[in-house]
Amino acid sequence: MSTRPLSPPSPLRARSRMAWRRIRRNPVSFAALSVIALIALAAILAPLIAPYGPDEPDAAAALGAPSWHHWIGTDMYGRDLFSRIIFAARIDLSVAFVATACALAIGALAGAAVGYRGGWVDDIAMRGVDSIMAFPAFVLAMGITAALGNSTVNVAIAIAITQVPSYLRLIRGEMLRVREMEYADAARTVGNPAWRIVLIHLLPNCLPPLIVQSTLAMGFALLTMASLSFIGLGIQPPQSEWGVMTAEGAQQIVTGEWWLFLFPGLAVMITVLSFNLIGDGVRDLLDPRMRGIR
Amino acid sequence: MTRLLTISDLSVAFDSDTGTVKAVDHINLDIRRREVMGLVGESGSGKSVTALAILRLIRRPGRITSGTIRFDGVDLATLSEDEMRHVRGARIAMVSQTPRTALNPVIPVGRQIARLFMLHGGLSRKDAETRTLEMLSMVRIPDPARRAQQYAHQLSGGMCQRVMIAMALATSPELLLADEPTTGLDASIAVRILDLLREMGEKTGAAILFITHDLGVVAEICDRVTVMHAGQVVESAPVRTIFHAPAHPYTRALIRSIPRLDREVAMEPIPGSVPSLVTPPPGCRYIDRCRFAIEPCGLSRPPLNAIAPDHLLACYGYDRAPA
Repeated sequence: MSTRPLSPPSPLRARSRMAWRRIRRNPVSFAALSVIALIALAAILAPLIAPYGPDEPDAAAALGAPSWHHWIGTDMYGRDLFSRIIFAARIDLSVAFVATACALAIGALAGAAVGYRGGWVDDIAMRGVDSIMAFPAFVLAMGITAALGNSTVNVAIAIAITQVPSYLRLIRGEMLRVREMEYADAARTVGNPAWRIVLIHLLPNCLPPLIVQSTLAMGFALLTMASLSFIGLGIQPPQSEWGVMTAEGAQQIVTGEWWLFLFPGLAVMITVLSFNLIGDGVRDLLDPRMRGIR
Repeated sequence: MTRLLTISDLSVAFDSDTGTVKAVDHINLDIRRREVMGLVGESGSGKSVTALAILRLIRRPGRITSGTIRFDGVDLATLSEDEMRHVRGARIAMVSQTPRTALNPVIPVGRQIARLFMLHGGLSRKDAETRTLEMLSMVRIPDPARRAQQYAHQLSGGMCQRVMIAMALATSPELLLADEPTTGLDASIAVRILDLLREMGEKTGAAILFITHDLGVVAEICDRVTVMHAGQVVESAPVRTIFHAPAHPYTRALIRSIPRLDREVAMEPIPGSVPSLVTPPPGCRYIDRCRFAIEPCGLSRPPLNAIAPDHLLACYGYDRAPA
């Protein structure tokens, strides 16, 4: 994010087309993107793909090891773990997405306004951001969910609040840069009101680092959510959610039912890793030092 | 011809760590309708700051410390910010010296012009796009429909400047501030841009304040010329007078510093540089560089007086100097 193209940035459409070409040439990022696409698709089509219902108990099959009938085993109520993981992807991905989108919208707008306005408004906002960022993000999220109560919405709110500051700071910094650009002056000399200058003329020039940040933030949001649920502050059982399932599985680990712990944990890890790899890939794309390496 | 813009006693200062820089110091300037007024001077003489002051776009640490700017009979300082926005772009437009960076890199150039029609003309998107194409062909951009879709980096420097001119003239302003519009363009393109500006000015009836350090360009395009030195106006006269009977030693030196191909005259650079604008000398600011300085020059600032009809001069010793 700290690295910015030195050459005048090329237009978004041409750039995104170029980015797509280059991301396909980067096997790791492309694999990560495919994994996320696959998981997202599975989540959307969960009722069609999952062999069983997520909350469908089968006492006879309880605590079954991976088998032909239950690919990655069943839990203590005989619920099919594979189906539960797929259904859990719905809530995990959608909460992470909604939280990231809200944080992005609020952080980007506030950051743009604050960065363009500057002066004491900027000072106050940045001190506010500093004080939020002084808390470890996870501890802050814990505190917020504990204060607001456990619900899916509150988890999303908690994650969004922990992320707003980083967007705010990022866009504020970008705005400080672009507001001194000549096209900003040009927009002023033709009589645009300030809000038009910020939203229509300047914000589109701040997008590239925002894209990187939001991709990385998706992974972090998902991890925060699973962690909150794991310690019992987030999504509550019997709702199938990766963190909840990992926590339930952890109770069984001493009795040898390793699959209950391993697979939900793997789901979290693979998804978070994929988001991070995509983020790194996008960052490389936008790094001028990587330009020309095709 | 009636006066369109009257600047009286304008001063602009910039606060800096080393003191207050008086970038523009009590200047007077008037522009008549439909004329091209050249504003000439070295770098740092306050030309661009004057243009920004007209648009009321001087930003901190700069501030206007004295004077009034009357545009079409209205003191611009009395307008609210909202009223001023309707003057900028709509009635006073600006063409910058670096068109490529003044165009937004992520918005197609056509849309940037169309937005002006929507902002100031209240046109619908469709009408604005039609007018945009008309404007682009008026400034002789070939294949305007295709060019309108392109981004600044896909256009040549000359093409970018044509887009800027189209943009500046889109809303038929009464005054166009052209701040060194041919800097960074090669000579043949520059000439064409000048012709275009002159022609557009005549066609739309806009007066032009043409800011430049290039006297060759002035001869090409201007009706009248105002010469600035170290934040002050030293001479103002019709372009013919400036070239044939320049009165101020600085103006004369500027003219002698033009390289000439047609005559065996050595080009004479002007010695010294612009004095400090933080603690300027009390008298004439050209005194250290002037060969004709006399005693009063060091004591008080020479006032700007008419020495002939339509010829203003701020110099005590000009009649001592050989013409």
